[in-house]
Amino acid sequence: MIGPVLRIDEVLTTFPAAGTRIPVVDHVSLEVHAGEVLALVGESGCGKSMTALSAMRLVPKPGRVESGNIQLCGRDVLALSVSEMRAMRGGEAAMIFQEPMTSLNPVQTVGAQVVEAIRLHERVSFVEARKRTIEMFDRVQIPDPEQRFGAYPHQLSGGLKQRVMIAMAAAMRPKLLIADEPTTALDVTIQAQILELLRELQRELGTAILLITHDLGVVNELADRIAVMYASRIVEQGERVDVLASARHPYTEGLLRSVPAAARRGEALHEIAGVVPSPSEWPAGCRFSTRCDRVESRCGDAVPTSTQVAPGHTVDCFVVADEVAQ
Amino acid sequence: MLAYIVRRTAYGFVVVLGVLLLLFALFFLYAEPIEMARRAVGEKAPPEVLEQWVVNHGYDKPTWWNSESPGDTMLVDHFRSMLTFDFGRSDADDSPILERIRAGMGPSLSLTLPIFTVGVLLGVGLSLFVAYFRETYIDRMGVVLCVLGMSLSILLYIIGGQFLIGKMLRWFPISGFDASPAVMLRFLALPVLVGLAEGLGGSIRFYRTVFIEETGRDYVRTARAKGCGDGRIMARHVLHNAMIPILTRVVVSIPFLFTGSLLLESFFGIPGLGSMMVDAIHGNDFATLRAMVYIGALLFIAAQILTDIAYTLVDPRVRLA
Repeated sequence: MIGPVLRIDEVLTTFPAAGTRIPVVDHVSLEVHAGEVLALVGESGCGKSMTALSAMRLVPKPGRVESGNIQLCGRDVLALSVSEMRAMRGGEAAMIFQEPMTSLNPVQTVGAQVVEAIRLHERVSFVEARKRTIEMFDRVQIPDPEQRFGAYPHQLSGGLKQRVMIAMAAAMRPKLLIADEPTTALDVTIQAQILELLRELQRELGTAILLITHDLGVVNELADRIAVMYASRIVEQGERVDVLASARHPYTEGLLRSVPAAARRGEALHEIAGVVPSPSEWPAGCRFSTRCDRVESRCGDAVPTSTQVAPGHTVDCFVVADEVAQ
Repeated sequence: MLAYIVRRTAYGFVVVLGVLLLLFALFFLYAEPIEMARRAVGEKAPPEVLEQWVVNHGYDKPTWWNSESPGDTMLVDHFRSMLTFDFGRSDADDSPILERIRAGMGPSLSLTLPIFTVGVLLGVGLSLFVAYFRETYIDRMGVVLCVLGMSLSILLYIIGGQFLIGKMLRWFPISGFDASPAVMLRFLALPVLVGLAEGLGGSIRFYRTVFIEETGRDYVRTARAKGCGDGRIMARHVLHNAMIPILTRVVVSIPFLFTGSLLLESFFGIPGLGSMMVDAIHGNDFATLRAMVYIGALLFIAAQILTDIAYTLVDPRVRLA
């Protein structure tokens, strides 16, 4: 295939509130290439999940994608018919969610739910779909897959449920897997197993992954590239090493300094002053300007645009742009 | 499961005993037998006739305790007759109560059963439709109509229906009943319509809330993400999950099918258990009333157990133990 698996270009997604429409995804652009893992990082409520849902055309009502362009496997997502989009979801692009506890239908067996995912996309018999489901369960390392096929979600642990979700998502060998905080609700030991599983699937099936997380440890484990979001906008984007080792945006720097590390034991942990402003309190200009320790007067005047600081590494910041220009 | 049913039935029996005791206290401590006799036989009846009436109905016995023969009290009679379904004769006209209940059940069910089944199907169907179009004008119009429908008194539906459909349009007879099926259908059409119209607003609103709550759940998002269409999501995922709250409402209303509808039956002249109850209230017919209340309590307790069993059928998380 030519081009990226997912290309999001200047996408604007809004929700109505108090007479206006508030952008939850504000002119976001990103690309996920075949076989790579892009981590979309940011605090809760910064628009990570909405970006992913926009790509799947799953933004819940009354939200909607206002403008921009989304290309999924070379096709224009916003122009697809409802049935074409349905074929895309679970087919070329699949998704797993944060809450394995509630993301499965509680009154259907987990096997039946994976079978449905297969049969929605392929005309195969139940028996055939069942066989493939059990194979898939085996592949995601669910013990006793034959028996687990007939289990209900409440009979499985959180980790097993997330494995079922992954089996369901991977059943049609999607080109893109969107993983929305796949490990947040799980125990630390289970987290590592699930991440390992995602990495294996990505290697074996060549699936590109859009990994949404606020956990920089997870990012370090899995990501090839990183996009950092703050208040509905992407503020920094680049290769994992570039972003983690030489972050340039003041927000990314703050984020990295607030991760506890053994080497800095005993020092006070850094915190970014203030809280994320709600959309109604967004400042004009750079949205991070209210909390930024390098803020200048011009930051409140206009929204900074992307500046390339290294090949493939962009930062949206006036101060950084000046440093680069010098 | 079986152990559960046995245990619940045993609990239910204790509740029934309590209901019976309460009934006894309410009816027999409040009413003076001689007063009851006067109302039944007539104000001007000679004292001997009144005395005889009291003796015939067993109201001359000691109320709680008879030191000479302990089994010979009104309390014991009350429990014995209720528990053996030997309800005796009416206080108003001496007719056998059990016979009348048997005779009244048919007309009552022929009225309530269609209202119930069509009402549930229509309610679920229409609310699925409204919930599917949530946040649109169809949905908002639906809610407004439902609230309007709920706010109107049932008396307005009855009189309005009788006036409009019965008198002006002359589609169906205003009131009456007949045992032959073809004629009965014509008589039942109007009360069934009125019963449906009266109940529909409330049930659509209830089911709609249930469906909308379910469509917001995470598993619906999962189904959408794997490529399920809206119709399939509603039919395969949401409906099944919504069955749990819906069952509670539906099964609990089943006992009231047997006891009939007080207002509809008396307004439309249907000789069912509802109008029998109304007549009993008007005629101070305690014997009939307590039999009806007792049967109602029995059915209600049975429906509660039935609801629990129904849960296990729709919700794999529920295990009765």
